[in-house]
Amino acid sequence: MHLDHSHDGPSAVSADAHRPDGTRRALRVGLGGPVGSGKTATVAALCRALRDRLSIAVVTNDIYTREDAEFLLRNAVLPPERIQAVETGACPHTAIRDDISANLEAVEDLEDAVGPLDLILVESGGDNLTATFSKGLVDAQIFVIDVAGGDDIPRKGGPGVTTADLLVVNKTDLAPYVGSDLERMARDAKEQRGELPVVFTSLTGQDGVAPVADWIRARLADWAA
Amino acid sequence: MRRSALLVLADGRFPAGGHAHSGGAEAAVKAGRITDAAGLAAFCRGRLHTTGLTSAALAAAAALGHDPYELDRAADARTPSLALRSAARKLGRQMTRAARATWPCAELDALAAAFPRGTHQPVVLGLAARAAGLGPEDAAHCVVYETVSGPASAAVRLLSLDPFQATAVLARLAPEMDQVAERAAAAARQGIDHLPAASAPLLDIAAEQHAAWPVRLFAS
Ligand SMILES: Nc1nc2c(ncn2[C@@H]2O[C@H](COP(=O)(O)OP(=O)(O)OP(=O)(O)O)[C@@H](O)[C@H]2O)c(=O)[nH]1
Ligand SMILES: [Mg+2]
Repeated sequence: MHLDHSHDGPSAVSADAHRPDGTRRALRVGLGGPVGSGKTATVAALCRALRDRLSIAVVTNDIYTREDAEFLLRNAVLPPERIQAVETGACPHTAIRDDISANLEAVEDLEDAVGPLDLILVESGGDNLTATFSKGLVDAQIFVIDVAGGDDIPRKGGPGVTTADLLVVNKTDLAPYVGSDLERMARDAKEQRGELPVVFTSLTGQDGVAPVADWIRARLADWAA
Repeated sequence: MRRSALLVLADGRFPAGGHAHSGGAEAAVKAGRITDAAGLAAFCRGRLHTTGLTSAALAAAAALGHDPYELDRAADARTPSLALRSAARKLGRQMTRAARATWPCAELDALAAAFPRGTHQPVVLGLAARAAGLGPEDAAHCVVYETVSGPASAAVRLLSLDPFQATAVLARLAPEMDQVAERAAAAARQGIDHLPAASAPLLDIAAEQHAAWPVRLFAS
């Protein structure tokens, strides 16, 4: 029985903002959202936009083994040793929220192998609108939806839409073809989220990820401050 | 009597990574060996009396305070499949993290320092039980229960099996689980050289094949 033992050993406290040597660890940002909304495309574009200035790594949580990790590898957005896939037993939201142990392991392994890192992006395989990341795993979370999934998703709300630190409405290039009303989506999102930020992106365009990259740069500045 | 601590440790929601593993059920489902509740019961019974007994005894021995290094080697020697040794260490590392956050103590800190890549999960579970003030029988019961509850919840996801039927399978196995846990703890009390070495070759072979699948839902 050692319940009163004071405890500060390395890797025991998952949300600890410092490395064992006292330096500030990498900022960890989660990306969640429905299937196919563009999470992996956003991660890939962020890596391309930020990798020259920042040391970045990615953890993917797939429903099937390694799908997203393999996409990132094929597209060579980062060297392979900077990408780790976590297997989720068909339940990515369990691995990012209820039992984050495998993700924390992946994050630590990346820091050990290629660190020190500035930024770790953690993607959750899409499963539903209620998936959110544990605060023990990430410091901030981005929820990615798209205009093609229906323009009433912001109105429907759910924990991802209402509480994510950044809401990304992706694939605006498709809005005319699927009859999505972007202004209505912006109004509904504002209603659900109050002051929390919302950005609209189209990753098919030149530097389409810029609004998300800018937001990440601002979070990194806060983190380092 | 520390029954409530036992429930915390045995809870399927204890955040130590078990949810991503099927205990061989995914491979058995694909091979057509589990198709319904009866198949699940047969699979669980086989697992219980083989790797369940062996793992439970390792956990009981750790709970008794046997040397984790020796138990690590004993576990390696009892796990011929590389895929299963890797899975056991991975889960052991996750269990170490969860246990240290849940029942902080010097013994678990020392274990984490000695095995940064993890030792076998039952060994860690035994030490976690010890840190929680539990005994070898408790540790053995936890392992025995997760030996069968893991495949059962995986089968519910893989086969859309009726969850009531799957839970009834577990309930019917309960008396056998008790017997296996008692045997495991009794063996552990006799010392490391008396630990059982029961195994199920088909589980080992299927685990090796499963690890090579390009697409799968569970890690093992
Ligand atoms: N037109 C258009 N297509 C896009 C855009 N962003 C992503 N896509 C495409 O949408 C599809 C799905 O994108 P992914 O990035 O794989 O989506 P995801 O959210 O990671 O999907 P899961 O991981 O399966 O949940 C791919 O074919 C992308 O090329 C966009 O802004 N516009
Ligand atoms: Mg993806």
